[in-house]
Amino acid sequence: MSDTARSAILSRIRASLKVAADDPDRATLAAQRIAGHPQNLVPARASAAGTDLVALFRSYLEGQQATVSAVASHSDVPAAIGNLLNATGATGVVRRGSDPLLGDMPWAEAKDLVVREGAAEPDDVAGVSYALAGVAETGTLVVGAGKDNPVTLAFLPGIHIIIVARDTIVGTYEEALARVRKIYGASGMPRTLNYISGPSRTADIGGKIVIGAHGPRTLGVIIVG
Amino acid sequence: MHIETPHFNDNARDALKDAQLQKALAGLPGGLVAQRAAARDKLPEFEALRDVGRDLRNETLELLDVYLETYERNATAAGAKVHWAQTAEEARRIIVELCKAEGARLVTKGKSMISEEIGLNDALQDAGMEVLETDLGEYILQIRGETPSHIIAPAIHLTQDQVEADFRRSHTDLPADRALVEPGDLVGEARRVLRQKFLSADVGITGANFLIAETGSSVIVTNEGNGDLTQSLARVHIVITSIDKVLATREDLATLLRLLARSATGQECTTYATLSTGPRRAGDVDGPGAYHVVLLDNGRAELLGTQFREVLRCIRCGACMNHCPVYGAVGGHTYGWVYPGPIGAVLTPALIGIGQGAKLPNASTFCGRCESVCPMRIPLPKLMRHWREAEFEAGQPPFHQRAALAAWAWLAKRPRTYHVAMRFAAATLGALGRRRGRFRWLPLTGGWTRHRDLAAPQGRTFQQLWAEHQRGVPR
Ligand code: SF4
Repeated sequence: MSDTARSAILSRIRASLKVAADDPDRATLAAQRIAGHPQNLVPARASAAGTDLVALFRSYLEGQQATVSAVASHSDVPAAIGNLLNATGATGVVRRGSDPLLGDMPWAEAKDLVVREGAAEPDDVAGVSYALAGVAETGTLVVGAGKDNPVTLAFLPGIHIIIVARDTIVGTYEEALARVRKIYGASGMPRTLNYISGPSRTADIGGKIVIGAHGPRTLGVIIVG
Repeated sequence: MHIETPHFNDNARDALKDAQLQKALAGLPGGLVAQRAAARDKLPEFEALRDVGRDLRNETLELLDVYLETYERNATAAGAKVHWAQTAEEARRIIVELCKAEGARLVTKGKSMISEEIGLNDALQDAGMEVLETDLGEYILQIRGETPSHIIAPAIHLTQDQVEADFRRSHTDLPADRALVEPGDLVGEARRVLRQKFLSADVGITGANFLIAETGSSVIVTNEGNGDLTQSLARVHIVITSIDKVLATREDLATLLRLLARSATGQECTTYATLSTGPRRAGDVDGPGAYHVVLLDNGRAELLGTQFREVLRCIRCGACMNHCPVYGAVGGHTYGWVYPGPIGAVLTPALIGIGQGAKLPNASTFCGRCESVCPMRIPLPKLMRHWREAEFEAGQPPFHQRAALAAWAWLAKRPRTYHVAMRFAAATLGALGRRRGRFRWLPLTGGWTRHRDLAAPQGRTFQQLWAEHQRGVPR
């Protein structure tokens, strides 16, 4: 049945466009656009020379109610996470993925932290992910979720912590996409690519913004390097 | 969804008298208008981006069949199962079958206007499943047995007090002394209840704001994170979307994302945008085991070949309704079907037929604000005019209206006669109305003068005054 529907819909589209099926020129046009994936107009906000990308990134994120801190190296991350949790007063299991960048961190040094690996469990206090890029133009983290960074860590626990390396903070979405292509291949993708720009929120009750809808109430971002 | 559109006039009358609704409406739209303006002013390229967005959507529609096939190929390669549905009925059947095959008892849903369009919830419930909306606004509406009144803020017509009463009524385990004073208390209460449901759902259904041909991905754009919980905690993820949502590349998505949130709520970007590609992969510890995408046509392919093609560029931002004086006065439910406001006035007649949708393109002041803010530069007033023409040609308007227009057309095509007639009319009305300066009532214009007075002409026509002005007669 689906096959009938498929060909009926496609031929209706072609009839509306007044084109023939299998027109090689049209196929080429689409294939070229995809292969070339040209940039459209890119705002100057974060692409102009001399922009302090990290400062811009931080200011947008903070404007979107994220908590941003910076540390010198990977070995400082567990302590920074400890501080973040202390500040919120939350205790419990901190869940992280198996991303090797996270695996290398000295978790044992942060004595108060109970850190476990895997997908999020309902009672976890926080999830930790490693971003593949930060986008300064809107204060957005780009997380490639999959086995290294399970997607549930970003949505189920009340606190989500994202680590981002300073040298992966770029100006624009287009630059972040270049990193995605480098990591996953020309048209490759992680199972979910998550753009995250703050803690979850809603304005569905009386139009007033409330932080912490269904996803995290706190987004902690730790810039490393 | 049940169609109430033919009763627009009665619904509008009721809506204007509904004190609760008027209170909710008064509190909101101005905020969204100001926020959008602020976001636009913060991005110097905003107006230029609208041109770019319009052009790239046009180009994509021009190659729609090719991009859909490419999307399908790439999605399938990533493990997705793509289904095509010509009608609402077909889409419902596909989804009900998928859920049944999964032995689903509980289905959670992210917000999806297409699911409203096809009446999905009723179909799943009729098949014996529990269906739960997880977007906060949609959840509230589900408790109330209502439908969305706005495409991005579905419960915009409700006040906080109403929501509190709904929660107290339906959350029977809620202690009576629990404070639900702040909006935050209410959000927390909904969060508590829905958490359990996310975790025990068998199937999670979301819409898609976009599809990407290049990668075979579906995209959801949200603030609450409910869509992500819906799709990543259930065993199966089903995406229900329509064929017009496909884009070529991730770069094109970037451009549209720059326009979408700013136009909708004035945010720089939404909290979340999620690009999903296929089901759980080898080694993954979470994510759905199966991932289905249902592509709905429901009249869109045909629309592509008409003068209404441009409406298919719509990215469902809601700016047109936020800025619409008619929407602001009567609210979304008055429109009587899924899509309210200016976009509804153009899309609804296309999807349910001009016979049932005729009231909507007529319920416009033609002020043009919708077009002036539409990020895709859809000429909504022009398209509404096309519908009026189509309606006229189909012989829908009442006889006296057609007769009056025919008489006017006859006159307008004969300038000399026209001027004589107008001079006569202006002089007569001017003389009759000299005392009061306006008319409360005139023969044949009852529908118009019932709600307003007609200013009496000053005695001479514009053409006469213009001719005198050209001759240098002092005024
Ligand atoms: S018609 Fe334009 S303004 Fe209205 S929802 Fe669609 S894109 Fe937004």
